[in-house]
Amino acid sequence: MSVWKSETMPIRTQADIVHVRQAVRTWSVDAGMRLVDQTKIVTAASELARNTLEYGGGGELLLEALSESVRVGLRLTFTDHGPGIPDLELALKDGWTSGGGMGMGLSGSKRLSNEFEIESQVGVGTTVRITRWK
Amino acid sequence: MTTPAGGSRITEVLNVQENELLQEWIAEQRQSGAARPDLIAAADLQDQGREFLGLLRQAVQSGEFSNINIPAWSGVRDLLTELSRTRARLGFAPSEVATFVFSFKQPLFAALQKAHAGAPDGFISDIWTVTQMLDKLGLLTTEAYLKSREEIIARHQEEMMELSTPVVQLWQGIVALPIIGTLDSARTQIVMENLLQAIVDTGSEIAIIDITGVPTVDTLVSQHLLKTVAAARLMGAECIISGIRPQIAQTIVHLGVELNDVITKATLASAFALALQKRGMTVAKVSQIKS
Ligand SMILES: Nc1ncnc2c1ncn2[C@@H]1O[C@H](COP(=O)(O)OP(=O)(O)OP(=O)(O)O)[C@@H](O)[C@H]1O
Ligand SMILES: [Mg+2]
Repeated sequence: MSVWKSETMPIRTQADIVHVRQAVRTWSVDAGMRLVDQTKIVTAASELARNTLEYGGGGELLLEALSESVRVGLRLTFTDHGPGIPDLELALKDGWTSGGGMGMGLSGSKRLSNEFEIESQVGVGTTVRITRWK
Repeated sequence: MTTPAGGSRITEVLNVQENELLQEWIAEQRQSGAARPDLIAAADLQDQGREFLGLLRQAVQSGEFSNINIPAWSGVRDLLTELSRTRARLGFAPSEVATFVFSFKQPLFAALQKAHAGAPDGFISDIWTVTQMLDKLGLLTTEAYLKSREEIIARHQEEMMELSTPVVQLWQGIVALPIIGTLDSARTQIVMENLLQAIVDTGSEIAIIDITGVPTVDTLVSQHLLKTVAAARLMGAECIISGIRPQIAQTIVHLGVELNDVITKATLASAFALALQKRGMTVAKVSQIKS
């Protein structure tokens, strides 16, 4: 598998979330994804970027365009140095929220992706990585 | 008139050489490129420079050079604030606005050097004084510039919000709210208020919320939509959400968001047809209507 393009974007303000959505949209179009797949990865990116800002206190997104034999895909890595998630299983449960949300962002973005990894340590931060293949 | 201590010649130089200073200063502004002849007429530049020098002369009579916040400096402060705001609106860059003040250093230093010929100690002390004074005034222009830019941006944002949330009456008893762009918390508040007001004003029983112009429907947008629907219900109106394109429908299903107890339609047209039907009406071809 090779990464043929990558970019880092800051997630510090509400406007950055809009920029993230727009960039992921552009990259998914460039990767030749169908409209449904574009919409899925943009929506997942919107969820994770918002979590990074709201709970992680801000962070960044690493955007990568991948190719592996015949397939191409996008990998998004969201990183923050916020408080971390004490109970991952709970956080990934549909409907569980520590704020006033719907509690569907993490689990939903997992369903919208082909691959999903999350790593979090209390007091250190959180990294969520998703991949969607064309 | 009080004379500043330490053999300073600043007040005297400003009093006696006003005209020479002004001409050299303006030449300096032109040379630095900050005069922007494309944005400001030569006569205005001259007037602004003269006014600044006049007010500066008055201010330094106070003998106070370092604290520009005292009342004696209010004339200079007001002029620079107004000038920065005007220039921000005209399209000057912040560095160009600050250069108005900083470019005065050259002519003033030269004049002080002449006045202090043979007395380097007095010269150095005066240079130190006017450098601090002009640096403070330069920073003041930058602050005023940024403040007025922020005001401009905030006003645009407000105007956008107002502009982008019109509620339209489609038929008696039916209103529609086309949403374009992102539905963040601030906008949801405005959208909701506009919709509820329109429901009351028109006595409508059905409200169509059209999200054709919303590019991404995530959990936050869904939550805001559901909140708006709930509020409309409390006012006695039923809501239909239209503009749910196939890709959006598939995505929100995977996301796990349930819009179950809300009627949704793919297009505004089909939502309108349903709304008419609910009100016991229909749209028909003239030829189909039997007399
Ligand atoms: N980056 C993060 N740092 C710390 N805590 C997080 C982070 N991301 C998620 N969480 C925690 O996990 C919970 C669940 O997240 P999830 O995105 O599923 O729901 P939510 O953000 O609360 O609501 P929404 O449905 O609007 O996304 C959050 O309420 C929060 O407590
Ligand atoms: Mg979330």
